[in-house]
Amino acid sequence: MAQTRLNWLAPAVTIAVLTGPILAGIAGTVLPAFGYLPALGRAEFQAQAFSDLFQWPGFGAAVWLSLFTGVFATVLSLGCVVLIFAGWHGTRPFQIIERGLSPILAVPHAAAAFGLAFLIAPSGWVARAIAPIAGWDRPPDVLILQDPWGFSLVAGLVVKEVPFLLLMTLAALGQAQPAQSRQIARALGYGRISGWMKTVFPRVYPQIRLPIYAVLAFSMSVVDVAMILGPTTPPPLSVQVLKWMNDPDLTLRFRAAAAALVQLALVVGALTAWWTAERVVTWFGLRWIEKGGRGRCETELRAMAMVAVILTAATTVLGLAGLAVWSFAGLWRFPEVMPDVLTLRSWLRHGPVLWQPLVDTLVIAASAVAIGLGLTVWCQEAEQRHGLVPSNRALWLIYLPLILPQIAFLTGLQTLAVLSGIDGGRGAVIAVHIVFVLPYIMLSLSDPYRAWDKRYGTIACALGAGQNRVMWRVRLPMLLRPVLTAAAVGFAVSVGQYLPTQLIGAGRVQTITTEAVSLASGGDRRIVGIYALIQTMAAFLPFAAALIIPAVVYRNRKELRHG
Amino acid sequence: MQLSRRHFTFALAACAAMPAWAQPNPADWDAVLKEAKGQTVYWNAWGGSDIVNGFLAWAGTRVSEEYGVTLNHVKLSDTAEAVSRVLAEKSAGKTEGGAIDLIWINGENFASMKEQGLLFGPWAEALPNWSLVDPVANTALTADFTVPTDGMEAPWGMAKLVFFHDSAQVENPPKSMVELGEWAAANPGRFTYPQPPDFHGSTFLKQALIELTAFPTLLDQPIADDETYTKVTEPLWTFLDALTPNLWRKGQAYPQNGSRLIQLMADSEIDIGFNFNPNEASNAISNALLPDTVRSYVHDSGTIGNASFVAIPFNANAQAGAMVLANFLMSPEAQARMHDPAVWGLGTVLALEKLPDAERAAFESIELGVATLTPEELGATLPEPHPSWMVRLEQDWTSRFGTAQ
Repeated sequence: MAQTRLNWLAPAVTIAVLTGPILAGIAGTVLPAFGYLPALGRAEFQAQAFSDLFQWPGFGAAVWLSLFTGVFATVLSLGCVVLIFAGWHGTRPFQIIERGLSPILAVPHAAAAFGLAFLIAPSGWVARAIAPIAGWDRPPDVLILQDPWGFSLVAGLVVKEVPFLLLMTLAALGQAQPAQSRQIARALGYGRISGWMKTVFPRVYPQIRLPIYAVLAFSMSVVDVAMILGPTTPPPLSVQVLKWMNDPDLTLRFRAAAAALVQLALVVGALTAWWTAERVVTWFGLRWIEKGGRGRCETELRAMAMVAVILTAATTVLGLAGLAVWSFAGLWRFPEVMPDVLTLRSWLRHGPVLWQPLVDTLVIAASAVAIGLGLTVWCQEAEQRHGLVPSNRALWLIYLPLILPQIAFLTGLQTLAVLSGIDGGRGAVIAVHIVFVLPYIMLSLSDPYRAWDKRYGTIACALGAGQNRVMWRVRLPMLLRPVLTAAAVGFAVSVGQYLPTQLIGAGRVQTITTEAVSLASGGDRRIVGIYALIQTMAAFLPFAAALIIPAVVYRNRKELRHG
Repeated sequence: MQLSRRHFTFALAACAAMPAWAQPNPADWDAVLKEAKGQTVYWNAWGGSDIVNGFLAWAGTRVSEEYGVTLNHVKLSDTAEAVSRVLAEKSAGKTEGGAIDLIWINGENFASMKEQGLLFGPWAEALPNWSLVDPVANTALTADFTVPTDGMEAPWGMAKLVFFHDSAQVENPPKSMVELGEWAAANPGRFTYPQPPDFHGSTFLKQALIELTAFPTLLDQPIADDETYTKVTEPLWTFLDALTPNLWRKGQAYPQNGSRLIQLMADSEIDIGFNFNPNEASNAISNALLPDTVRSYVHDSGTIGNASFVAIPFNANAQAGAMVLANFLMSPEAQARMHDPAVWGLGTVLALEKLPDAERAAFESIELGVATLTPEELGATLPEPHPSWMVRLEQDWTSRFGTAQ
């Protein structure tokens, strides 16, 4: 009896922790969008906020920007990833790329965006490198950063989404037996790319569909990257929602809520369109496979894929390197490629101020990860012990926080929090971070958990160990490495959160990321460099720990060292 | 539209009951000090400047040593965020224990908070250090953008719009808006201003309006009607229409705030910038942000100046601590440090003749930076227009230039 109750409890609590804040947040957005917010003296439903919104002169442009940048960034990222797999999977260069791109996943979006901004600005590193050849003594007056079409924003998104999709695809490939398919396709005379596209891709795509939807939704509604790289006249819709939320004129919150709902509708619309496009592509794809072409322009396509992927990796690495140099720079004017003097001054000045936000960042991330990890293990144990296999629908629920635009429910959640007087604490921020951290932990830990050989448990039971003892003494120690990796992923996700911390923390909870974005408004690259580096380190060190700890703990257990 | 909205928020503010609990009384300063001890003051202040943040951190150390008050600087990217939060708290009936204890404020935000009853006070004119200022000679201390402060906010710094240029690039900078327009036409892409409603951007619009309009006296009063507004602002829009294609990036992108202008000049992207801190260029030089060939200048007809204030929200949690901090900011020690170009360089609010000799000498021994103008060179200070002009200018600017693709 007690057993039955227990095994339902784990998934139930997890789902409540995930969906509770989301549902509350959406309610807090929907009601004011339709003019209902008794605390602001309005208690009748009306559509005033929407007509205000539609009349705002930047509305069309802001909506278009959201759609265009989101869809374009997703198509580009997916294209790169698919081509690199098709053209290079199973080769030596691919292994190098795989190893090179994985750490980039840990680089927070904002840090990557700052780095990119310094690289591609007309007075940035690339322009400085060209300047002596082109004879520039002043940077060319061309619009690259914050261009009204959103291209630099797209670039900023692509450099982060390519590593994400690459690792997701890699994880999915395990079940698709790509090596056998490739061999058979090659034996039948198919080119590398067309063989992979025709045999492996159709089996892999359904498994990476949810990550792709998450990329599309994220790219359409991202705020921090858009504030750094996106246009301002007008900004994309999500940034404008935040501006209205922060306006001293509280009545603009009605318009902000309406715009947040429009943002949600845009994302749902784009996802539906994508889903429809999948059907169309499938139809044409089947014709293409049936026609039996063995592939054209394969060499060119392979080269293109390799260049594109190297470019995305190099951009992030060079961008961070540029910021690192800035953090040690004295006077550094255009067109000098390196600063006049290197100095520790900026670090000495900001080092002491960094502690408090750094400690807060770590406390929040560690708490969110601990709770997220606890819930995940609890759910996985329920699955192991009672065979509760999550349905496809449950998987959608886990992805919900990644697919819904943050701005659509966080602003509502903030309104509710302020109105109920419970905002502003670290606890509230941790609770919201869990919503975003838990899905990633769940996704990275469930496969290793399922893949664990149950026979070890059977043996332990036969030797007289109870279920809990099996978990503590056998299962978790054997899964140490994936558990730590999942924790590191969760940690990186928490460190990178800007909007949840800013909105729910009421400005009182300051993390490295919120500090970085607010200081970036001052534009001094030395400070931006310091914060971006610290932010990257905070996200990065747990990954290093996830590699080192198992190696040390299992220094005399060779088989366990690699998980 | 604007009118109905103001009415709405006003009615909202009027609905909330007046607070009724024991509040610290600045006239009994010892009691305030006693109550303040051990309090944490959440000071919501713009956090985009490393120099300013450094000064605030220093003030935190000092009030902690001296009065046992802990300062927590909540860094804002826009002061309106703080106003919005207090308003939200008031609507939610949160009449005590609010999240904000002190706000760095002036102008439109002060006018809006005062009008909506969101401020604690009056208290500022009862502070011990108020005796060191001269509100008669310096009217900006009691009239914030023409709105009487009525002791609801305490001044702590004097700002004045100052332009700067790299003398190695531009020998004779334009000394008026009309000349600036001509200069930009001759040097396209080498000037820009921060995107309103950033306050540096809005200040540029107001400076241009004051210089260009045929009716400068009407700016001291609230906008009377649409007709007046159109008549007064017409020359400004004509000027901006002509200027925009000659701006940096042809006006398709704007920097986000005043500090960005410095980075842009450091990157050689622009030749002329401006800031509300007369010492900003010298600061940037001593911090190796700008080359030492940069110099400051003002327009011949004078430039806009105003005071920076701190205000305490009606529901602040640490009102006594906030007052102690405000009083400390007005102290000769803090003012001299703030005025020192090596630290920040903002103008002082104190009347130097009211200070004891030693402290006055400390002020007089401060060395001005290489790009800082002497008080004579700073020229005439133009008063800020009534806040209603700024609100309307920002809205109009956004629909004319801020949303056009």
